[in-house]
Amino acid sequence: MHLIPNLLFALLLIVGVGIFVKNIKKIIRNIKLGKAIDRSDNADKRWKNMLLVAFGQSKMVSRPLSGILHIIVYAGFIIINIEVIEILIDGLFGTHRIFKFAGPLYTFLIGSFEILAFMVFVSVIIFWMRRMVIRVPRFWNKEMTSWPKNDALNILYFEMVLMSLFIIMNATDTAFQQLNAGNPISQFVTPLFSNFSVDSLHFIERAAWWIHVIGIFIFLNYLYYSKHLHILLAFPNTFYANLNPKGQLDNLESVTNEVKLMMDPNANPYAAPLEDAVPSKFGASDVTDLTWVQLMNAYTCTECGRCTSVCPANITGKELSPRAIMMKTRDRLEEVGKIIDQKGSFENEGKQLLNDYITPEELWACTSCNACVEACPVNINPLSIIMDMRRFLVMEQSAAPQELNVMMTNIENNGAPWQYSQMDRLNWKDE
Amino acid sequence: MNVPTMAEMMAQGKQPEVLFWVGCAGSYDDRAKKITKAFVKILNNAKVEFAVLGTEESCSGDPAKRSGNEFLFQMQAMTNIEILNAYEIKKIVTACPHCYNTLKNEYPELGGKYEVIHHTELLQSLINDGRLKIEGGSFKGQRITFHDPCYLGRANDVYEAPRELLEKMEVELVEMNRCKSNGLCCGAGGAQMFKEAEKGTNEIFIERTDEALSTKSSIIATGCPFCNTMITDGVKNANKENEVQVLDIAEMIVSANKL
Repeated sequence: MHLIPNLLFALLLIVGVGIFVKNIKKIIRNIKLGKAIDRSDNADKRWKNMLLVAFGQSKMVSRPLSGILHIIVYAGFIIINIEVIEILIDGLFGTHRIFKFAGPLYTFLIGSFEILAFMVFVSVIIFWMRRMVIRVPRFWNKEMTSWPKNDALNILYFEMVLMSLFIIMNATDTAFQQLNAGNPISQFVTPLFSNFSVDSLHFIERAAWWIHVIGIFIFLNYLYYSKHLHILLAFPNTFYANLNPKGQLDNLESVTNEVKLMMDPNANPYAAPLEDAVPSKFGASDVTDLTWVQLMNAYTCTECGRCTSVCPANITGKELSPRAIMMKTRDRLEEVGKIIDQKGSFENEGKQLLNDYITPEELWACTSCNACVEACPVNINPLSIIMDMRRFLVMEQSAAPQELNVMMTNIENNGAPWQYSQMDRLNWKDE
Repeated sequence: MNVPTMAEMMAQGKQPEVLFWVGCAGSYDDRAKKITKAFVKILNNAKVEFAVLGTEESCSGDPAKRSGNEFLFQMQAMTNIEILNAYEIKKIVTACPHCYNTLKNEYPELGGKYEVIHHTELLQSLINDGRLKIEGGSFKGQRITFHDPCYLGRANDVYEAPRELLEKMEVELVEMNRCKSNGLCCGAGGAQMFKEAEKGTNEIFIERTDEALSTKSSIIATGCPFCNTMITDGVKNANKENEVQVLDIAEMIVSANKL
């Protein structure tokens, strides 16, 4: 009979981790729908980037208040999770505070966890106030309604509850409190329970323990549906991020081959095209035309909106929001994933990323200034998606704005974006 | 003004130390031509052996590429590369950050490998090497703000060269809130220069110029012909054209040193 809690815990563990792994596999499958891109070079630099930007949070602190608060929550998350090891063992084997034998080290650790938990709690309250009371504008852009808004709040509530449960669990553990070590925060909570009988205290302690554990498993599985995936994906995302200068756009190799052929006087214009010499498509109109790095970017985005808050187009009221570009890419990718879940493979159902999610108006508002790329704390590149979609509009659909067509015709005809003769290029010398 | 072309140089069997890539704006735009000439005056003064391509130069392809027309971009790039390689060009200087970025970052993969520098970087190295001596003249002590061109700054991490030149002129440099890696675009990049902006509540060039004007500077300095156009328009829009000048750093050097 006394084994029931252990079995229940084991079941919870298997189901909780099982569903999580299943969903993570789905995400990996979806990311792999993207086109190949080689990011295996410069391993040293990539590791360094990951350590600095993801692990070290170096880009977070460019905005000091939210940056430091985030570091507290992040450090708390990682360090307090050491406690989960004990929880797992206690849960599976019916022990209670199995690591207590470590004595002062144990109480030191638990004490640090308590202080961190308290700091996390306070930080999360400030985060909540920034969203709901101070109403920092980037949390109130038009893409931040319904689910994206609730998602952000849910995460904050989750963290508040989990941190409270951890403290309550310690506060109601009479034996632990009697040690009077490792309880720098919970000792102040214990008096709240002073009128409770030993039995009810024990009950509350057990309940807090169980709700805490169940909460962790729910949170783990909530990740898949949430912007909160960044806690995992920030690491690969910074590792595989672009290392070239921000101004450098990739040169489409398929185009290079064609242009070389066009410019080669010895090329036979009637030669049969090589197998796969011409790709089926230039640029991107759907998520499957993007690279896997761009798709991973979409899953990594935590919708903080730093990109959008520095985007010149967005600041001046244009439709474009780099954050929305990432969110829409993810939404579309999720939709494609669902089709695969249902039908076994992706059959286009008449919708695509372009027009159904991202409009040409958004794409043409971009100045390619790289402010969004610079601002992203986890090195997401919204600009690369915008550029790939412009390529589709122009090279597949000839759908550039009229003035740009004029500009391009001028370049073709006289080698300048304006209608001046190339023969007049040096006239300035004598003017 | 001495402006030799590559063709003339080659006829004399000479190779310049650097090719001056003028760019379309620098060649045709009335405002930008003044920047081109100012830069040439400095080159002449510092006795830099340079040459231009003249009528053999063609658009770098940047606006085509940023519009999504990769075909047109690569045709332009390969045509230019053929000419540059035929002249065995090793080093290129340009006063246009868009040409700079494209030549420096996007040409190498297509066979065009050159050392490419921005004119402010060349001017800085001329001063460091003692080949050019500059003074602040009337700019000394004046409140001046510098607008970072996106394609020089964020795109290629060049923030210091233009600022060091301003420092040499002993101006009072007042930074805008959004400067260096946080600089706000003027609104011209990504081929926006050639089209009307999308519908919005404000124009980017006005947003940026207002920020520059709020520094109470008498001069807004920059290092890009397109930024220059946009911010000049912004200053006109604010009816400040009689009080505030928009100048390229090369122009400031010429005017302060009476070159």
